Amino acid sequence: MARHWKWAALIVAILAAIVYPYAVRSYFLSLAIEVLIYSIFAMSLDLLLGYTGLTSFGHAAFFGLGAYILAYTALGLTDNILVTVPLVIIGAALLALIIGFFALRTSGIYFLMVTMAFAQMLFSIAISWSDVTGGSDGLAGVPRPVIGVGAWAYTFDSRESYYYLVLAFFLLSWIALRSIVGSPFGAALRGIRDNEQRMRALGYNTFRYKMAAFVIGGAFAGLAGALLTHFTQHAAPETLYWATSGQVMIMLIVGGVGTLVGPMLGAAVIRLLPTFVSSYTERWEIVLGLVFILFVLFAPRGIVGLLRRAVEKRP
Amino acid sequence: MSASQFIFQLFNGLVFSMLLFILAAGLSLIFGLMDVINLSHGAFYLLGGYIGLTMVRQFDNFWIALIVAPLIVSGLGLIVEYFFLRRLYGRHRHLDQVLFTFGLALIAADLIRWRWGAYVESVPGPDELKGAVVIFGALFPRYRMSLIFFGLIIAAGLGLLIGRTRIGAIVRAGVSDAQMVSGLGIDIQKVFAGVFALGTALAALAGVLGAPVLNLYPGLDLEILILALVVVVVGGLGTLKGAFFGSLLIGLANTFGKALIPQFSMFLIFAVMAVVLLARPSGLFGVKGN
Repeated sequence: MARHWKWAALIVAILAAIVYPYAVRSYFLSLAIEVLIYSIFAMSLDLLLGYTGLTSFGHAAFFGLGAYILAYTALGLTDNILVTVPLVIIGAALLALIIGFFALRTSGIYFLMVTMAFAQMLFSIAISWSDVTGGSDGLAGVPRPVIGVGAWAYTFDSRESYYYLVLAFFLLSWIALRSIVGSPFGAALRGIRDNEQRMRALGYNTFRYKMAAFVIGGAFAGLAGALLTHFTQHAAPETLYWATSGQVMIMLIVGGVGTLVGPMLGAAVIRLLPTFVSSYTERWEIVLGLVFILFVLFAPRGIVGLLRRAVEKRP
Repeated sequence: MSASQFIFQLFNGLVFSMLLFILAAGLSLIFGLMDVINLSHGAFYLLGGYIGLTMVRQFDNFWIALIVAPLIVSGLGLIVEYFFLRRLYGRHRHLDQVLFTFGLALIAADLIRWRWGAYVESVPGPDELKGAVVIFGALFPRYRMSLIFFGLIIAAGLGLLIGRTRIGAIVRAGVSDAQMVSGLGIDIQKVFAGVFALGTALAALAGVLGAPVLNLYPGLDLEILILALVVVVVGGLGTLKGAFFGSLLIGLANTFGKALIPQFSMFLIFAVMAVVLLARPSGLFGVKGN
């Protein structure tokens, strides 16, 4: 019975997402595009934090690299997403391989600091190596994406069309991550999260599993960064900044770690928060910090945890 | 680079190393005893610097700022520890502690921007230390020169406090086994609170001392936090010796990197960190399994 309800809710949600552009003003369409992009980003972090127990505080490294690779290839090579997106995914995965090689030798707090430091290193390179990265201005004028070749090419030049492209990528990412966490591989990741020593004793090469999770998470984060760059038509160094790592962490914690719905809810709430708060006060970062701290102190399982508790209490 | 330029950069590097040490010592102490990585440490640094700025403007006296700012900030540290952090102690709550101090850093950064604005503020050093001294033919500001001595004094003082006193013995015992210490009838909660207050006071002290050299601006809290984190990773978390030699390594790498390869100075620092991590994953002086 509960299964049926889940499927029904899913179908309603997808239908609602499809008709959404016809129902709202363009401002809310833009917000929805961003929420979908940040949902992919937050889900990719959840694979590390929620499912594998890797506390990465440098997830912006992959997001930002994705943004820059996309801007670079779209400006210099081709704007065809059949070429650019695979390049972004390969680039972000390679970066994850390099960072993981160093960071995964450590664990816990050390891992957190090392990932954070690597991301910040990329940020400082983006700022100071201005011949290549455009310095603090970043790379502007990124064209809208094209798909297909020759007469079959289609340009996503309207906001509505881009919304559908992002929605498609979002659904693909969600299905992919869902099947990853549901597979035996995902079960092994959860085993590592709960007790790495035991997994090692059972004969698992936990380093390889963690590396695989790190690379997959990095690749999806890169995809999210690329989608954002096509949308804003601009690759900015802020995409690599620690505030970006922090923001996606906040989305994940507020939404609910260890679920795939949580990151979406968190992305939506945190993306909408400034819109509502800024009509009352300019200091919305204080509000954001307070909301975040309240969740950490009183609802560490996030919105999903709160909802679950509410459902269980109901007679 | 000529010989006198080299000497000049060397001294600059030592100045920066000492500032980093005062900051990183606090971070490392808090981690060593309480197992808490305090991401708001950079915010406490910046807050100390700005309170110092206000004091200097109010009283026109650097020394008052140097004493009062750390006191105020460590008071805030006590409040944070007593009301919030204390709820988050425990083996499996590392992430919660990190997230809490991260949220705190966000709030503090915005409050600082609210109170002091988003400009670059320069702070004059004390009048007594104006002017310059000549070292091996290179002119060097007297204030910076005295920072090196000040850093060494703080290092020696902390070394004596931790290594030679009864309180230090309790703290060291707490680092290896907090439960055992509390079993011996010592109120470990008070020790935790005291160490957190000391750590935040050190951050604020570094903030006041560093302001005439590095200026004050929003965003500095993060820049300096990252460097302090690299220092403790390189040196080994929870050891004073590690914080000291880590600071020297990172401070000198940063200064010479900026002078020789300005675009990639951060790269040099992280290269140092990567090499150390490959050779010794728990840092130069870290204990394995920390």
